[in-house]
Amino acid sequence: MMRYRKEKWQSFLLVLPSILAIAVFVYGFIAWTMRVSTSAWKGLLPDYTWVGLKNYIDLFSDQRFMVDIRNTLIFTVVFMVGCLVVGFFNAYLLDQGLRGENFFRSLFLFPMAISYIVTGVVWRWLMNPALGSRLSGLNLLFDKLGLDFLINKWHTTPGWGIAFIAIPAIWQMSGYTMALYLAGLRAIPDELREAARVDGASEIQIYRHIIFPLLRPVTLSAMVILGHMSLKVFDLILAVAGKQLSLDVPAIYMWQTTFDGYFFGRGGAISILLLLSVAVLIIPYLIYTLKSEPEI
Amino acid sequence: MSRKRSRYLFYIPLLLMAAFYLIPMYVMLATGFKAFDEVNLKTMWNLPSGIHFDNFIAAYEKLAPHLWNSLNVVIPAAIISSILGSLNGYVLAKWKFRGADTIFPLILFGMFIPYQSILIPLVEFMNRIGLYGSLPGLVLTHVVYGIPITTLTFRNYYASIPKELVEAARIDGAGMMQIYRSILLPISLPSFVVVLIWQFTQAWNDFLFAVVLTGSSNWPITVALNNMAGSQIIAWNVQMAGSLIAALPTLLVYIFLGRYFLRGLMAGSLKG
Repeated sequence: MMRYRKEKWQSFLLVLPSILAIAVFVYGFIAWTMRVSTSAWKGLLPDYTWVGLKNYIDLFSDQRFMVDIRNTLIFTVVFMVGCLVVGFFNAYLLDQGLRGENFFRSLFLFPMAISYIVTGVVWRWLMNPALGSRLSGLNLLFDKLGLDFLINKWHTTPGWGIAFIAIPAIWQMSGYTMALYLAGLRAIPDELREAARVDGASEIQIYRHIIFPLLRPVTLSAMVILGHMSLKVFDLILAVAGKQLSLDVPAIYMWQTTFDGYFFGRGGAISILLLLSVAVLIIPYLIYTLKSEPEI
Repeated sequence: MSRKRSRYLFYIPLLLMAAFYLIPMYVMLATGFKAFDEVNLKTMWNLPSGIHFDNFIAAYEKLAPHLWNSLNVVIPAAIISSILGSLNGYVLAKWKFRGADTIFPLILFGMFIPYQSILIPLVEFMNRIGLYGSLPGLVLTHVVYGIPITTLTFRNYYASIPKELVEAARIDGAGMMQIYRSILLPISLPSFVVVLIWQFTQAWNDFLFAVVLTGSSNWPITVALNNMAGSQIIAWNVQMAGSLIAALPTLLVYIFLGRYFLRGLMAGSLKG
């Protein structure tokens, strides 16, 4: 028993450095950012004069932040729907047991290994918005293929540019939803489909009444993960379009106002709002997932 | 017969989807291998006349130091955070102390936070300990914020190892560290591969920490590439070649170790 106590204590010492690191770098720093967000700090030198919630209140009458919220909402909807639809469609195709399945699966997933910056730089040229004689990128391809009606101004489309930024994001992340759905589809026993077929159900009915309901938990976790990614979108936008007000999101605003504008108080407030929006999604998800895991 | 033929129809959408994923790769490769004098936005969809390395050489000259910066950050960061994750996972799976079940989700939350919310203190902290603007500072950052996912992966793996194995070793008189070294560590290789390549990919692809914590002389590859793309001086064909160079290390890892990459991906959404 003595030995057990001693070893238990030793094992705790083993994880202590990591626990301390997370305590400081995650929770300590978040508390510190909260303090900054309630300060008047604007300028190179720290200024912790307490101003209460002023930075937060100011944000909600700030035009740029309103643009950010709208952009984030549009991006989230297009990105999420796109990833779910494309991901499910790909999983459905791969679930048919065709030859070459492994090849196609690897192909649908490889963009996940690449950085948003690389994706953004390449798509910057694919989504070149120049029209007329300077047509290039995908617009040029559409022109050559006789698909002129698809030619558009991409991320420079007034008011809706951010929706087009979701295209490279879907290109990059739909492999992830595909992988989740494919695992989900493979977990559904064949007998279930067979039984439904015997009962005379059509393929569409089988999907509507059996497969989709069974995939609901997969869809839910995909939505949580995709949703929290879209709230954090940052480098992809910079790589496609640089810093542009029309494509602004909270993560870019925070970065710019803090490190270019030295308005640390406001940067802190934006980042705490960003954190809260992510936490609302992730905390219930974490609690639910860990509760449902088998006891170890 | 008709069922069999209709199965072949699935190849049409499959190939169309494949084209969607391959288009950016095609443009990167076709442009990269063109000679300088055949580069033209009007002909960007044409195949190169032969294999030319002009663009790659020009891009490599610009990016080479930054590639080394990235390697110098990413390799130590991946190794250190994997070792920490393995130790944490072992303790959290097999030596649960009181409060371990509370601490674990608190650690996990760290991998979902938007890093903007810790960025200001991080810069201040690095400034105070004298690591701001340096590569070791970036390594430290990747190590710490890598702890949640590495711990998660190893904990789930060690949890799947039967308790009896550990208990039998204890009865034989093996100590806590001895059990780790002689029983769990030797069978951890697959998990180490998963975690190492995941951390390698994450750190290699990181932009936010890199752009905030380093200066232009020690920028990692992502920051250098983004800067290259934003400049008016560097032609788009060189940018394309540069993008491929920047993507190559993680792409190679994916091509050769894709299976392990997928497991890391699933772990990242707590589905591993």
